[in-house]
Amino acid sequence: MSSPILSVKDLSVTFDVRRQGAWPWTPPRKLHAVSEMSFDLMPGQCLGVVGESGSGKSTLARAIVGTVPSSGGQINFEGADLASMDTRQRRVHRRDVQMIFQDPLAALNPRMTVGEIIAEPLITHEPATPRAEVKARVRELMERVGLLPNLINRYPHEFSGGQCQRIGIARALILKPKLVICDEPVSALDVSVQAQVVNLLMELQKDFNLSMIFIAHDLSVVKHISDEIIVMYLGRQMEKADAKTLTTAPEHPYSQALISSVPIPDPVLEKARVRPILDGELPSPLAPPSGCVFRTRCPKAQASCAGDRPVMQNLGNNHEVACPFHEPLQVLSIA
Amino acid sequence: MALLEIEDLKVTFKTADGDVNAVNGVSFGVDAGETLAIVGESGSGKSQTAFATMGILAQNGRATGRAMFDGRDLLTMKQGDLNKIRSRDIAMIFQDPMTSLNPYLRISDQMAEVLQVHKGMSKRNAVREAAIMLDAVKIPDAKNRITMYPHEFSGGMRQRIMIAMSLLCQPKLLIADEPTTALDVTVQAQIMDVLSDLRRDLGTAVILITHDLGVVAGFCDRTLVMYGGQVMEEAETGALFKTPTHPYTKGLLRAVPRLDRDDAALQTIAGEPPDMSRLPVGCPFSPRCDVVMDHCPTVRPPLETEGNRRRACHLSADEVTS
Repeated sequence: MSSPILSVKDLSVTFDVRRQGAWPWTPPRKLHAVSEMSFDLMPGQCLGVVGESGSGKSTLARAIVGTVPSSGGQINFEGADLASMDTRQRRVHRRDVQMIFQDPLAALNPRMTVGEIIAEPLITHEPATPRAEVKARVRELMERVGLLPNLINRYPHEFSGGQCQRIGIARALILKPKLVICDEPVSALDVSVQAQVVNLLMELQKDFNLSMIFIAHDLSVVKHISDEIIVMYLGRQMEKADAKTLTTAPEHPYSQALISSVPIPDPVLEKARVRPILDGELPSPLAPPSGCVFRTRCPKAQASCAGDRPVMQNLGNNHEVACPFHEPLQVLSIA
Repeated sequence: MALLEIEDLKVTFKTADGDVNAVNGVSFGVDAGETLAIVGESGSGKSQTAFATMGILAQNGRATGRAMFDGRDLLTMKQGDLNKIRSRDIAMIFQDPMTSLNPYLRISDQMAEVLQVHKGMSKRNAVREAAIMLDAVKIPDAKNRITMYPHEFSGGMRQRIMIAMSLLCQPKLLIADEPTTALDVTVQAQIMDVLSDLRRDLGTAVILITHDLGVVAGFCDRTLVMYGGQVMEEAETGALFKTPTHPYTKGLLRAVPRLDRDDAALQTIAGEPPDMSRLPVGCPFSPRCDVVMDHCPTVRPPLETEGNRRRACHLSADEVTS
């Protein structure tokens, strides 16, 4: 068995938050964006990360790319720990790990042409590349992501959202990265265009043998593209399983509520589904609940949930769940 | 008789780059107590149809056609008369609840104003009534929280407040423009739950404007599919999802990944959403249609009624479904 390309162990990310009007010497409060996350990503696999807004999905992505410092735990990329890398290793890491962002237009510099945008990472990391070769690679990649190469001198505002996302994908792929992190890459796109971009990402993943982390709040899309899915809540991992198991028979009460909230475009099924609806909203990450962070909204919460934090138990088949009262629920069946 | 009857509605915006036709001859009706979904992608004209009906188009926009509500045309009505109908008979909620609430006013003031203006209630009674409504949309501790400001509530709570405010006068029609698009799925489920309970209790007709076919499936009696400012297909929701008879509806339904299915690759609709300033003379969907014929880009297919269904396509329903 091959070794994982990315191995995250007990990763925590906290931010210091100052209350407005607080004295300069009062210690800042800690916002726990990501807490004790552990997972492995095998080469060529796609890992989906889902959760509500504020669950720490994007912070996790940024920590892996290295744009947000971790405050505990390890991120091992190809065996090397991100936190202990020197400048040179970091540069290699930045080449190998690329990111695709949510808002395609905002992620592109409006004053650069498409050609310049796509070529920029290549010129930065391989300044010796002859200009002709840079241009050839840009054109080749544009064609590969479904953009006409003769649009190379256009500016981002001349493109539609779907095309801008293709530009973002081309820019992320020009350095032939090993890991691509997609942070809500299709959320801003129309349904018909979303399908095009999802298909493109899946093709590219296969062709370039990419490992991928796919973050989105749309579970249907995540399930479609991912091999494994992690469910996050308030910075913590609630459940991890292969995409099919997680979306059909999740074990954690939060996963069950999340998945049954996803509407399915089928009037017959939709009107008859079992649907445990969650009450309330995400608690503040400044003061997460003790014990299980989900207990304040959990339909199965017991007094003991406030005590020890539940550990991830392995149910076999790489299915892990952080709840002692877990049991499978067929969330897609008709009541 | 239909509660709201839109006939041949056209909305045109004057811009520096020439006229943009956002809505091109849309007709439909909503009966009392009915839920109608208007589905379409960005630029389909679904929101502008609603804005025109409510008389809240942007300054450079102009609406022609007819929008008959209770026997009166909303499009030609004087502002003063329209103000009496808005919020009392027709209410609207928007996608972003933060920008549609006044950040300077307490929730109690904003909500009470509706009742003071339309029902001539005293402030005290109006606030009491507003608190009851907040309770109905399941805002915990409504009596005390009503004096808070919009920014003190989360997105989901703000949308509940908008729903409560819109239903204060028990309108006959509620237009909901992408009410859950900015919210998480779990909150979306809560909001749709509240909305369907209230709708049932008050007998309000609802026009739900959305791009999310899943939300439509659970909520609406009838569905109208728009593309490029025109109606492509309209049918009872169950029938439309089961057998879409327009190439666009069919493509749209196949392009959505579904939790309950394993598809190898998603079926896509080629091309990009339409440029509204350069629409083809004929069918607006023709540049992206996979069964397009020679005359489609030049001859506009009429919207024809076939049984309980209306559709605008040169191909027959059987030809599309087979």
